[in-house]
Amino acid sequence: MSTATTDTVTKPGPGMRFTSAAANYIDERTSASGFVRELGRKIFPDHWSFMLGEVALYSFVAILLSGTFLTFFFDPSMTATHYQGSYVPLKGVEMSVAYASTLDISFDIRGGLLMRQVHHWAALLFVASIGLHMLRVFFTGAFRKPREINWVIGFVLFILAMAEGFTGYSLPDDLLSGNGLRIIDGMVKGMPVIGVWISYLLFGGEFPGHDIVPRLYVLHIMLLPAILIALIGVHMLLLIVNKHTQFAAPGRTNQNVVGSPILPVFAAKAGGFFFIVFGAIVLIASVFTINPIWNYGPYDPSPVSAGTQPDWYIGFADGALRLVPPHWEFVFLGYTWSMNILIPILVIMVFLVLVTFYPFIEAWITGDKREHHMAERPRNAPTRTAIGAAGVTFYGVMWAGASSDLMATHFMLTIEGVIVALQISLILGPIAAYIITKRVCLALQKKDREIALHGFETGRIVRLPGGEYIEVHEPLNEYDRWRLVAHETYRPLMIRPNERGRITVGQRVRAGLSRWFFEDRIEPVTRSELERAHHHE
Amino acid sequence: MAKISRKHRSTGRRSPLATVALLAIGLLTTGGAYALATTTATAESQAAAANEQLIEEGKKLFAANCASCHGLNLEGSKEGPALVGVGALAVDFQVGTGRMPMAFQGPQAARKAPQFTQDQIDAMAAYVASSGPGPALPDERFLEATGDAAKGAELFRINCAMCHNVAGAGGALTEGKWAPQLKGLDARYIYGAMVTGPQAMPVFNDLNISPEEKRDIITYLDYVSENPSVGGFDLGSLGPVSEGLFIWIFGLGGLVAITVWLTARSN
Ligand code: HEC
Ligand code: HEC
Ligand code: HEM
Repeated sequence: MSTATTDTVTKPGPGMRFTSAAANYIDERTSASGFVRELGRKIFPDHWSFMLGEVALYSFVAILLSGTFLTFFFDPSMTATHYQGSYVPLKGVEMSVAYASTLDISFDIRGGLLMRQVHHWAALLFVASIGLHMLRVFFTGAFRKPREINWVIGFVLFILAMAEGFTGYSLPDDLLSGNGLRIIDGMVKGMPVIGVWISYLLFGGEFPGHDIVPRLYVLHIMLLPAILIALIGVHMLLLIVNKHTQFAAPGRTNQNVVGSPILPVFAAKAGGFFFIVFGAIVLIASVFTINPIWNYGPYDPSPVSAGTQPDWYIGFADGALRLVPPHWEFVFLGYTWSMNILIPILVIMVFLVLVTFYPFIEAWITGDKREHHMAERPRNAPTRTAIGAAGVTFYGVMWAGASSDLMATHFMLTIEGVIVALQISLILGPIAAYIITKRVCLALQKKDREIALHGFETGRIVRLPGGEYIEVHEPLNEYDRWRLVAHETYRPLMIRPNERGRITVGQRVRAGLSRWFFEDRIEPVTRSELERAHHHE
Repeated sequence: MAKISRKHRSTGRRSPLATVALLAIGLLTTGGAYALATTTATAESQAAAANEQLIEEGKKLFAANCASCHGLNLEGSKEGPALVGVGALAVDFQVGTGRMPMAFQGPQAARKAPQFTQDQIDAMAAYVASSGPGPALPDERFLEATGDAAKGAELFRINCAMCHNVAGAGGALTEGKWAPQLKGLDARYIYGAMVTGPQAMPVFNDLNISPEEKRDIITYLDYVSENPSVGGFDLGSLGPVSEGLFIWIFGLGGLVAITVWLTARSN
């Protein structure tokens, strides 16, 4: 880019000469200019929902910076020590070095508490923004070919982020995180036959042992961040290769991308936005406390606190465990089969696998092998949107399960009542969400069709000479109409015999699913319909 | 020789002066003792009378406000348990924290503004205490927040946190009952709760937790209430749930609002 500037500027100042010389120097040795030019011409669409991924990226940067600060002072050792720092209610109490060093970071190291709070708030924001970003991609169908791989990578990132968070909040070795580890230990031990072996391997002996914090530390600051960074790199690369999707509008087609190029417009905006995100995190971290580990005390296997919850992103798993009805364990072949643990784990696994492979599942059902670069409006894919709403409801109910006790105390309900209500919602909620969402989408499509053909209702009633009353409709302009008609729909697949003249089971399933997806549909407005409508006016 | 000496001895013994002296001493001691005895007796009977009056007053207050549930003679009814021998401390706790008189039958009598003055509470406490021995109000020195906060915190985590949450933020129990949050409570009610174990709360008698240890717990709870949260606003000390809600609603919500604004301006 600096070469371009020297061409147009007649008399380059000394600063300019230096930058161009430096750029030349680097380019001659790395040939980076080709890459920069490519990257610089990458177009970024102007829709707010495309910035959610950026929020995730920038909060990750905040995590990296604050996390590095924390590594300077955190000591991941479970050796026992007596606290001698400045927090009075823990003076002289026996605790692990890990907990003591976290207390020191909080009370005796300048800026330490702020950094801890930045790190933790940024972690919450990181996972939340990934989640919302994922929902955006899902509901606009941006995961369709050629972006299926990037969907899978993104979802793996989401799971890794949860793992990063869980290993992180187990590090301070306080009562709350120890309770969390205890639950993990219980889940592992709930696996028949191998559970206890795995638990001993994981904890280096009987829980809690002396190894778990150092082990989690290695995962937390080395292995997981390395994988995360590598995958984020691939994610970005694929983003550049595949380009962004965009919402339909005049001039936007499946073959182009309309928006600002990264250089210079978008880079400037993104740079500014980075500081906004970072600033928001620091503001929150300096005003609101998070994970006040000094309240919780050092880990000790005997006490358990009321209201023990994990961070929000692990909440759905905690909730799943809480929603299991009692008496699901039984003894068989000399082993205790803890179905109360195994079934929720299984349900969560199935849920995660379905989400991971959703793009492939949908592509198989539609039989669509084309590339898609237009973001769909959620209403124009009613079944997918309804499935998404059902999934969100399912996740949301499990998530609510994790705070069932707080709902009981804060809304003056009985905890048993809350649990039963959530158990029912876990089954019926997604079904209701599915039906309602699908109907709403179809109704909205119908309305769009109406407006595209006949324009807006103006509310102006006119009496015709013949005595008839009509409402005047205002026709749409071309731009707005494009938005309403530029989409397509699928028809259910027909079952056709294969080369051998047979109909396979796979085909039947596929046809059945396809019918489920596309049986109810509103046909998009066709050109001839539009023209006929125009003649009418 | 011997006779003489015997006579001499006997004369010494029967000295009239000695008799007088003996008599005087005897009289003085008995009289003094009598006088002493009579004065203490009046003081005692005065105190007894005062106490009688207090109990009487307490009985009246009780009959008017509590007997509908607890019975005119503390014998209890369908609406409330018998109170014979629950002790002055139970009454002080229940009425001082406004739990009694109970407003309505719910899963648990909730804390509310107290309905009686301390004098009236003392009267009712005396009345209930007169029905049988029970825990009395503790010595003042166990109510001062001068114990060992660190030891108190440890005791609290082991004995109380499973219901009241480690930070004393409270928590849910079964069947709509709950353990209340413990911020800013008067020391006597903390002590009273531990000794009398109201409703779903267990009793922590002096063998479980000694009075000195109770003072440590009081010291810790006092420290937590008195010292502001170091890291900023504590969002109700509810832990990860309030933190998660906060980041979704205000953190991510705020940033989404900013992105909408940024992209709206460019269009
Ligand atoms: C509406 C009925 C009702 C009224 C009125 C009422 N109580 Fe109670 N009281 C109860 C019930 C029910 C319990 C048992 C549940 C509990 O401990 O809260 C109870 C418990 C108590 C206890 C605790 C007993 C124990 O075992 O520790 C005391 C002390 C007490 N009440 C005192 C009083 C006093 C003093 C009054 C009058 C100022 C009063 N109550 C008025 C219903 C009532
Ligand atoms: C089994 C659960 C449980 C345990 C353990 C427990 N409590 Fe409680 N606590 C309760 C319940 C339930 C109440 C409410 C009783 C009521 O409203 O009458 C309560 C009430 C109290 C109160 C009165 C609060 C108020 O708002 O007036 C105090 C103080 C208290 N507890 C302190 C303690 C202390 C200190 C410990 C540990 C030594 C402890 N509790 C252990 C369940 C528990
Ligand atoms: C996506 C990435 C990450 C997430 C989600 C994450 C999350 C967390 C969380 C929730 C904690 C607990 C903090 C607390 O309240 O005490 C934590 C602690 C910690 N993290 Fe991370 N972290 C991430 C990456 C990193 C990286 C890259 C480093 C190092 C370079 C790091 C270093 C640390 C250290 C040293 C601690 C312990 C100190 C403490 O607990 O105060 N983290 N992390």
